[in-house]
Amino acid sequence: MNAPAYNFAYLDEQTKRMIRRAILKAIAIPGYQVPFASREMPMPYGWGTGGVQVTAAILGPQDVLKVIDQGSDDTTNAISIRKFFGKTAGVATTTSTADATVIQTRHRIPEAPLHAGQVLVYQVPIPEPLRFLEPRETETRRMHALGEYGLMHVKLYEDIARFGHIATSYAYPVKVNARYVMDPSPTPKFDNPKMDNCPALQLFGAGREKRIYAIPPHTDVVSLDFEDHPFTRYRFDAPCALCGAGDSYLDEIVTDDKGGRMFVCSDTDYCESRQSAGHRGSESAAPHKERAHG
Amino acid sequence: MAELQDVTPDDQPLLVAEHLGKNYGRLTACRDVSFALYPGEVLAIVGESGSGKSTLLQLLSAQLAPSAGRVSYRMRDGVLRDLAALGEAERRFLFRTDWGYVHQDPAQGLRMAVSAGANVGERLMAVGWNHYGRIRDTASSWLERVEIDIARIDDAPRTYSGGMRQRLQIARNLVTEPRLVFMDEPTGGLDVSVQARLLDLMRNLVSELGLAAIVVTHDLAVARLLSHRVMVMKGGRVIETGLTDQVLDDPREPYTQLLVSSILPA
Amino acid sequence: MTAMIDITNAEKTFTMHLQGGVELPVVRGVSFHVDPGECVVLSGPSGAGKSSILKMIFGNYRCDSGRIGIRHRGAVIDLATAEPREVLSVRRSTIGYVSQFLRAVPRVATIDVVAEPLIANGTTRAEARDKAGALLRRLNIPERLWALPPSTFSGGEQQRVNIAHGFISDLPILLLDEPTASLDASNRAVVVELIEEKKRQGVAMVAIVHDDEIRHLIADRIVDVTSFAAAA
Repeated sequence: MNAPAYNFAYLDEQTKRMIRRAILKAIAIPGYQVPFASREMPMPYGWGTGGVQVTAAILGPQDVLKVIDQGSDDTTNAISIRKFFGKTAGVATTTSTADATVIQTRHRIPEAPLHAGQVLVYQVPIPEPLRFLEPRETETRRMHALGEYGLMHVKLYEDIARFGHIATSYAYPVKVNARYVMDPSPTPKFDNPKMDNCPALQLFGAGREKRIYAIPPHTDVVSLDFEDHPFTRYRFDAPCALCGAGDSYLDEIVTDDKGGRMFVCSDTDYCESRQSAGHRGSESAAPHKERAHG
Repeated sequence: MAELQDVTPDDQPLLVAEHLGKNYGRLTACRDVSFALYPGEVLAIVGESGSGKSTLLQLLSAQLAPSAGRVSYRMRDGVLRDLAALGEAERRFLFRTDWGYVHQDPAQGLRMAVSAGANVGERLMAVGWNHYGRIRDTASSWLERVEIDIARIDDAPRTYSGGMRQRLQIARNLVTEPRLVFMDEPTGGLDVSVQARLLDLMRNLVSELGLAAIVVTHDLAVARLLSHRVMVMKGGRVIETGLTDQVLDDPREPYTQLLVSSILPA
Repeated sequence: MTAMIDITNAEKTFTMHLQGGVELPVVRGVSFHVDPGECVVLSGPSGAGKSSILKMIFGNYRCDSGRIGIRHRGAVIDLATAEPREVLSVRRSTIGYVSQFLRAVPRVATIDVVAEPLIANGTTRAEARDKAGALLRRLNIPERLWALPPSTFSGGEQQRVNIAHGFISDLPILLLDEPTASLDASNRAVVVELIEEKKRQGVAMVAIVHDDEIRHLIADRIVDVTSFAAAA
């Protein structure tokens, strides 16, 4: 329930308007990092303040909110942020991707395909894809302004020279709308194709760095690569141990101290939905049935 | 009888400076410099510290805006353009493709933490080359050309000696086949034997590639070895100009005579 | 003008600013011409200005007044007032200069020193080196020396490299400053032969030669430069 001391979704209305203006500008210039006056939030930098501010600015009383952290609805951060909005906005919350209208995420894109009318809000640590190659902000701004992205390919070249392949496995840079190069936040490169031509609106918020950027629905998003080293999504060797999915991003879970491990869907909602639908993996525990003995 | 091919440069100048000047408040760094540079010509600007030669190089390479006069460059489409009228994007593009700039300190002209291959390949990637294999092959052939062992292609220039860094800087600049190369004391700070090797390399490359170059140096021997023409600067002005051998063998101005006579004989 | 070289009233004075501005007149009123296929020898005592006149024709020394007409690619240009790049063009395709002292770029192999003028004019490196080798052989420079820079050679050997460098291309004007000075009899004969061949090809030459015998062999006309000596 709303605590009487808080405005709807915590931020005051003027702040929300300022953020919405930044969001509109970001939508108008896909992939371009729009500076905004990031506020002090009741959580420290590095805990999703950017994502929280974007969500707070766009949330309405009728929205249904889902929050995930590394794909999971039940980690500490996901729960904390969900409770935060529950307390300050009183909106309905859900773990189901399909039922949500606003999904705030840290470092994963849900496996279930998104649909028109949904908004995906990403938490971003370092918005500037060129930062580690070019430390000067003045220079990176100029590079974006002039579309000078040779340096980005230098990074990929270095990977191939050093490792024989493009070793970047997360935060893999993309070109948006054939114009701006963007950091998709530390999502695994496995998720990059989901950003391309997505029916949902994708918003990115970096609180500490004070930047917002966006990908409007149905926008071209292309992962950078070389002709002779094309972008590939890696496939896992085995399906999810719980639900048997062969096409989702898997987490490795250590099961004992003898080196035992199993691979399980990172997206908890996706995995549980599949299990409810009757799919089973090799290790699935059927809580209401006795485990079949093999 | 061998057929004499006409290698006279075209009739159109590549770079034209007209009454170029730069001052900082009351301090005049350089004034009233005018000349025309033609394709394939190497012009040396010699002078001692404070002569204004470095400022002039910055003006000519559009890194400083002139206080007076103008610099024009003939673009690849044949049109002579005033550099001050170019947009920033155009100027940066020119700098990366049609021009080269060799700094005295190679660390300023290289990415020290990135491999040699990537240093040479960066300009290619900046103009859209998208094939790793081809980029690497081109980088390799340039390293060979500047006499750097190809086995070092994946090493960062941090691990290179000073002479190697300078040669890498040259390769990085020449990979896009520029028509004009600016050089600021390219052999400064290097050991004498290293300088000699570098000068030989530069001489050969300039003649093989038909480059035009403007070389700022205080060393008359470098001017004699590399350049067709020379401008002697003192106090911000050009006090004598002509063919290199003319100016060095038949110096007319008092200051030029002083400079020439100050060289210790070999 | 059918002459390859036509000098009219050329004058040069050195002003030595470092010595208080003292003026050293070199030559004055220099006038003569050279036709294709003829060799004009400049005669006169040491210091009379013979080398200076050659250098003025090459554009190495600038002249203070007068005219140095050169027939360059069918047209006549005045080297005294020509633009620097025109002078470069003349040197590339019309006038060759064999100086008294070899001033080669250090560290360049002899064969490349000699081949360079051909390469600069568009000949392939391979063909240029072949021709250079043939000429060096004729001048009795053994093949084992071709890969070495000439700086370590004897005076006579350096002179022969110099000559090869000057004679290798087909330039219509050649300026020769003491071409046989350090050479023995057999090599002197080779040089005289080379000069004769050039004459037959229609090359115009101006030479400075102290050796009377050589002078008789090569000179079609002798110009005494003492008549151009500027009054001291």
